[in-house]
Amino acid sequence: MDPEVVETAPDSAAADPVEAVVEAVAEPLFAYAPIMPEIVLAVGAMALLMLGVFRSERSAEPIMWLSILLLAIAALLILAQGNETRLLFEGTVIVDPFARLLKLLSLLGSAVAIFMSFDYLREARIMKFELPILIVLATLGMLMMISANDLIALYLGLELQSLSLYVIAAFRRDAIRSSEAGLKYFVLGALSSGMLLYGCSLIYGFTGSTEFIRIAQALESGGANLGLIFGIVFFIAGLAFKVSAVPFHMWTPDVYEGAPTPVTAFFAAAPKVAAMAMFVRAMLTAFPAITAEWQQIIVFISIASMLLGAFAAIAQTNIKRLMAYSSIGHMGFALVGLAAGTAEGAQGVIVYLAIYLVMNLGVFACILAMRRSDGMVEDINELAGLSSNNPLMAFLLAMLMFSLAGIPPLAGFFAKFYVFLAAIQAGLYPLAVIGVLASVVGAYYYLRIIKIMYFDSPAERFDPMPMALKSVLGVSGIIVIFFVAYPAPLVDAAEVAAKSLF
Amino acid sequence: MYSAIVFLPLLAALAAGFFGRRLGARASGILTSAAVLLAALLSWVAFYQVGIGGQTGRVEVAPWLVSGELAVSWAFRIDTLTAVMLVVVNTVSSLVHIYSIGYMEHDPHQPRFFAYLSLFTFAMLMLVTSDNLLQMFFGWEGVGLASYLLIGFWYRKPEANAAAMKAFLVNRVGDFGFALGIFAIFFVFGSIQFETIFAAAPGQAGKTFMFLGSEADVLTVICLLLFMGAMGKSAQFLLHTWLPDAMEGPTPVSALIHAATMVTAGVFMVARLSPLFELSNTALAFVTLVGATTAFFAATIGLVQNDIKRVVAYSTCSQLGYMFVAMGVGAYSIGIFHLFTHAFFKALLFLGSGSVIHALHDEQDLRKMGGLRKVIPTTWILMLIGTLALTGFPLTAGFYSKDAIIEAAFAAHTGVATYAFILTVSAALMTAFYSWRLIFLAFHGKPRASKKAMNAAHESPPVMLVPLIVLAVGSLAAGYFFKDLFIGAGADAFWGTALFTGPDNHMLEAIHHVPWAVAAAPVIMMALGFATAWIFYIAVPETPSLIARTFEPIYMFLLNKWYFDELYDFLFVKPAMRLGRILWKVGDGTVIDGLGPDGVAARVIDVTNRVVRIQTGYVYHYAFAMLIGVALLITYFMFAGGLAR
Repeated sequence: MDPEVVETAPDSAAADPVEAVVEAVAEPLFAYAPIMPEIVLAVGAMALLMLGVFRSERSAEPIMWLSILLLAIAALLILAQGNETRLLFEGTVIVDPFARLLKLLSLLGSAVAIFMSFDYLREARIMKFELPILIVLATLGMLMMISANDLIALYLGLELQSLSLYVIAAFRRDAIRSSEAGLKYFVLGALSSGMLLYGCSLIYGFTGSTEFIRIAQALESGGANLGLIFGIVFFIAGLAFKVSAVPFHMWTPDVYEGAPTPVTAFFAAAPKVAAMAMFVRAMLTAFPAITAEWQQIIVFISIASMLLGAFAAIAQTNIKRLMAYSSIGHMGFALVGLAAGTAEGAQGVIVYLAIYLVMNLGVFACILAMRRSDGMVEDINELAGLSSNNPLMAFLLAMLMFSLAGIPPLAGFFAKFYVFLAAIQAGLYPLAVIGVLASVVGAYYYLRIIKIMYFDSPAERFDPMPMALKSVLGVSGIIVIFFVAYPAPLVDAAEVAAKSLF
Repeated sequence: MYSAIVFLPLLAALAAGFFGRRLGARASGILTSAAVLLAALLSWVAFYQVGIGGQTGRVEVAPWLVSGELAVSWAFRIDTLTAVMLVVVNTVSSLVHIYSIGYMEHDPHQPRFFAYLSLFTFAMLMLVTSDNLLQMFFGWEGVGLASYLLIGFWYRKPEANAAAMKAFLVNRVGDFGFALGIFAIFFVFGSIQFETIFAAAPGQAGKTFMFLGSEADVLTVICLLLFMGAMGKSAQFLLHTWLPDAMEGPTPVSALIHAATMVTAGVFMVARLSPLFELSNTALAFVTLVGATTAFFAATIGLVQNDIKRVVAYSTCSQLGYMFVAMGVGAYSIGIFHLFTHAFFKALLFLGSGSVIHALHDEQDLRKMGGLRKVIPTTWILMLIGTLALTGFPLTAGFYSKDAIIEAAFAAHTGVATYAFILTVSAALMTAFYSWRLIFLAFHGKPRASKKAMNAAHESPPVMLVPLIVLAVGSLAAGYFFKDLFIGAGADAFWGTALFTGPDNHMLEAIHHVPWAVAAAPVIMMALGFATAWIFYIAVPETPSLIARTFEPIYMFLLNKWYFDELYDFLFVKPAMRLGRILWKVGDGTVIDGLGPDGVAARVIDVTNRVVRIQTGYVYHYAFAMLIGVALLITYFMFAGGLAR
């Protein structure tokens, strides 16, 4: 496939041979510029793989750093792009402000996840070069998902990401729980992919196209019918699996608990952002004509996710499992914004995802720091008396917990605020009310962690926190606490991004 | 200058309160004393400038709040009434501060004590300088708070805590009326600024409005509501029960708050609002009635009390009744004059009692004293002076003010005033009796304390005696020197516009034209009271027990303070407790907690357990859940009209 731009480019420069050469090289380069980050990641991942294969185990740490560098370069390339919307590959790939912003968030999530994993991997003796490379490949998949403007492109990105994630989940091959997590994820993921494809084929069958824009045009004139709705239901089921929304969430707690903690930290951040971005774009650009229909599905899975996330987390004692339910609940809240089906709703989702990403990385920095001389601990009661053992960590974690619970004036409150506002503007009052009630129930288990840290008699101290985790926790805490003072950059960027979908 | 007078004590309070631990006990005592002493000196300057020089005015400190029509500033209203109160409050307060340095020497929480004392002084100053009702209410509640804190100062003592709460709660009843009065004033006048209210008050005379479902005279209702606040604060009949219990606080507190200053706030308020009260004869009659009843009733209880401080406390209660009688018959200046002189000798009596208690190492029971005259002679002499002034011995302070009140009550010639006259005269007799009884029991006769206690007894240090001496001088001379200014020939010039008297009110003139028998009555009563007390406790010491046995019901009735505490316990406390218990156990525990927090929490746990059980760990269950989800959604769209559009 040639990019559109090349096809339409005038071939008038043949006169000057030098210029012709320059143009022959530069023009494709220019034409592919919007997906240069993806290209960099793909080529870079392969190069690193070679490096790893030939330099063997010792090269793991440099490759980790190089992966972070690769992700950073990709991010810089995205930042260097302008603000315009570009279509590539006959409109199957789109690069617009929405894609750029969410790609940046995904890259950030992946890079920080690698950054936080050094100490854990070293301690657990699984410092292998495959992990960062797999993360880079998964991130490449995410970028493709975010830019997908076509059902096939969407599926390609999704599978690239998912296949990498299956392997990453089972990364600790010698641990049975890790293997089990990877296998479960794989089997269920395959099922969900099947549903997604079935849905795609139905949609194609009833609209005659796989391109989002053409689907939208077809629906504009034709309207919905039961067959198409069937297709959408299956399609949404596949997407909902990726964002772990109820009832397609069952894998989440098991995988979060079973996978190595840095992997869980990664799972909870970047893939969620990418999947949700893909979800939002697919719904808003392909099916705007039948918003009223798919809205009902989203409302249902949103309510189910919020409630299940809130209720099930209460019974958890393992903090990783608790964070799994927490992320189910948070995805439910983010879906509230999507359910609104408006630009405000999309803006709410973007703000929500950004803040969720920051909070989650901060919390996982703490979880990764729950280490004693005899290894990692995961029971939340091990946090007892953290306020006296490590007051700063306890304070920041408490702030993150308050923020996750959505207590003003912390960032998490504004995340919820924007999505609920959008829901109310869209007239979805029951959804907003149930969401607020669910967040009240959900506040319980966040507050319980704070109670354990501050009021229970101290448990044994943790090992000193590694520098990387300290910095991540610090930055995350600062953003969460001071977001209220200067929310404009994120909110404005999210507004521009959301507008580009309509 | 006025800002300095008012805010110096506040600064001292803040310093002692927040940095007291770093300053140390002695330093915080000296710091607060110095600040209040300076304020006291400035107050005398102000007194001279305003009272003699006539420099009245208004000092605006800062705007406070603006809400709709309501606009209130922090401002000082400077007139003679303010100046008199400034002098009383700051003088007594500074002396009490100094005295406390000695009295509280062995207490571990001195900085807190001094911080409270100064805070109280600030609040009281806020009250007396207020230029509007809201600021007055601020001061009013501020002194209430300080009083609560100081009564409960020894918070490890359960009685002290109970007394503090009682004082607070009983005052709430009065404050409820006061607040309603303020609301009513704002409702009627559209302002709570004194100037505006006073200017508009004559226009409201005789008007009526709906109150509690019936037509009522506007000013009468307002005045009665406001007076309800005064009754609480000044411990008048029916709302008096907190004052004797308040004696659980340290003695300097009793002298400052529960004798000289805070309890007179009610009297001050009536005087300040004289332009309103003067327009309602009904309200004035009620004030007289309550005052006279209190004067008599508190005196009867004072006759038989055995706790040295309680005797003085009931005496205070009774004297406050006198002041209200003066207010009620329109003799505002006489009432304030009595407030002024009373502050000296009552503070003297309290601090003197404190000196006795101090000497005997916290013994307060009169029955365990006696014969202290030789052990603590200075205190004895000072207490004698206080007693003479209280009983109205000629030329002492009480002689001028109290006799003037009795004469005024006679001169008013109304039914209520005659009632007041009879009761105040008989109260004068009892005052003399219980005051001398206190002196005889404590200082004369054979020592009834243990040998050890008597030997250990010692005169108080100079830091305590000097304030007593100053007060003693005041008790002796304040009446003679200031009578012309307050109630004599110079009164009109002195008071200026601070007190309002109606055109038909010639009370100051009238008291000079009462029959000689009326003028002599208080002195005769005083002598009679002294003689009786002498017979009872010196000449024939068996008499009291004989009489107590003969008239046991009456004795018990008095000893138990007319059974007011029991009555209130039965009428209010018990039912309130019962209601509280019902609301707590049934209302809150069973209904609200059961259906609310507990019930919801239990349901949450139920839901949680059920939800968690779904998470079996089997892949096929998970896959099944996904399929069920899809099936449900599709079924919904097929049958529930999802395609309605």
